[in-house]
Amino acid sequence: MTKTCAISVTVNGTVHGASVEPRLLLADFLRQTLGLTGTHVGCEHGVCGACTVLVDGDSARSCLMFAVQADGRRVETVESLGRISKLNVLQEAFHEHHALQCGFCTPGMLMTATDLLKKYPLASDDDIRKGLSGNLCRCTGYEHIVKAVRAAAGKAGGAS
Amino acid sequence: MKPPIFDYVAATSIDMAVAALAAAGGDAKVLAGGQSLVPMLNFRLLRPSVLVDINRIAGLAYIEEDKVAIRIGALTRHLQIETSPLIAKYFPVVSAAMTHVAHLAIRNRGTIGGSLSHADPAAELPMLASLLDAEFKVVSASGQRSVAARDFFLDALTVDLRADELLTEIVLPKLPPHTGFGFEEVARRHGDFALTAVATTLTVDGDVINQARIALGGVGPTALRASEAEKLLIGHALDDGLTERAVTAVRSAIAPETDLHASADYRRHLAGVLTGRALATAWQRANTGAA
Repeated sequence: MTKTCAISVTVNGTVHGASVEPRLLLADFLRQTLGLTGTHVGCEHGVCGACTVLVDGDSARSCLMFAVQADGRRVETVESLGRISKLNVLQEAFHEHHALQCGFCTPGMLMTATDLLKKYPLASDDDIRKGLSGNLCRCTGYEHIVKAVRAAAGKAGGAS
Repeated sequence: MKPPIFDYVAATSIDMAVAALAAAGGDAKVLAGGQSLVPMLNFRLLRPSVLVDINRIAGLAYIEEDKVAIRIGALTRHLQIETSPLIAKYFPVVSAAMTHVAHLAIRNRGTIGGSLSHADPAAELPMLASLLDAEFKVVSASGQRSVAARDFFLDALTVDLRADELLTEIVLPKLPPHTGFGFEEVARRHGDFALTAVATTLTVDGDVINQARIALGGVGPTALRASEAEKLLIGHALDDGLTERAVTAVRSAIAPETDLHASADYRRHLAGVLTGRALATAWQRANTGAA
């Protein structure tokens, strides 16, 4: 048996203690240990962006981080954004603009867009497209996702 | 897939990291941003016994200025470099190129030391390090040394770094006044590895070029400098004829490969076109004083 490490991670505002194998990916820790299945796992090598979460406020691929690296850090997943009864600005924009079909890529799109809105002016649709280029969607053709992010960027406070 | 089993060392100092590397007897890997290493672990292309995580070493992420150079800590994230006012002031070519490095979530995590040590032939940072004649500080349990960028990149994904050594600092010597830059890249999708990328700096003295640098990525096993093309620019003003000669020299100096993404001929064609554009922009910037 491999050694395990004791970690304490704040996920969506709640502190979680756990004992994990060093090789446990953060994505699997979130989904399997904590049961937060909003974070999706697609490619497991950092290409599809479905597993994007925020670590200390910055977007990161949770398939390219180990849970042990999140010890003492603050992680936010798609579950932190809003609820069905009270979507946040960005989720509302996705809803209004039909920015999802099967929904597999949506958590990653939302978490990526959350960070993009925070860090870049997103002055043009081209900027939004470049910003989302690391997140793959196989249904929508991206048009509606770009529109939704454009709408959210136009509202004061963006995704907050 | 899931990564294989490994022992994990969360180093809190450079000494602790290099001691762990030495203790592993060549069977350890350094975990920095993990944006290239973790995919290789997930695919089980690598099975190191030990991962030495350097993310908790305080004071290894910095961008500092001294009289002659900018010094960058190996753990500095891509986004820090992209948004650094010091980098924008002294190396706008780096600021321009960094937005092409992968995607935001990867730029948040990926580090300069990691990218240079990984040495993907189509990555921007090895090309920029070659362009700017960077010097690398390397530390091991038995001491430290400096390596010039031109000696560091040995082959695709292969650098002059022993298994017990850690890259700790990247030194970029400041450029002379009246230097302009050009950066051009073509990738299938924004943020993908370059099919071909070209970065150049031209320094002018009066009406002519007195220093020229042209670096290319994606057209060989390592980032490379087009030294023949650089030489023929010296002492002349840039015009269409000179640009054409430089483009020809660049195309004949490279031996790109055909792969899934592009043919060798297309890459050679791109290298010339992008060199021409980058030189024109650099010449204009050098002459108008725009850095």
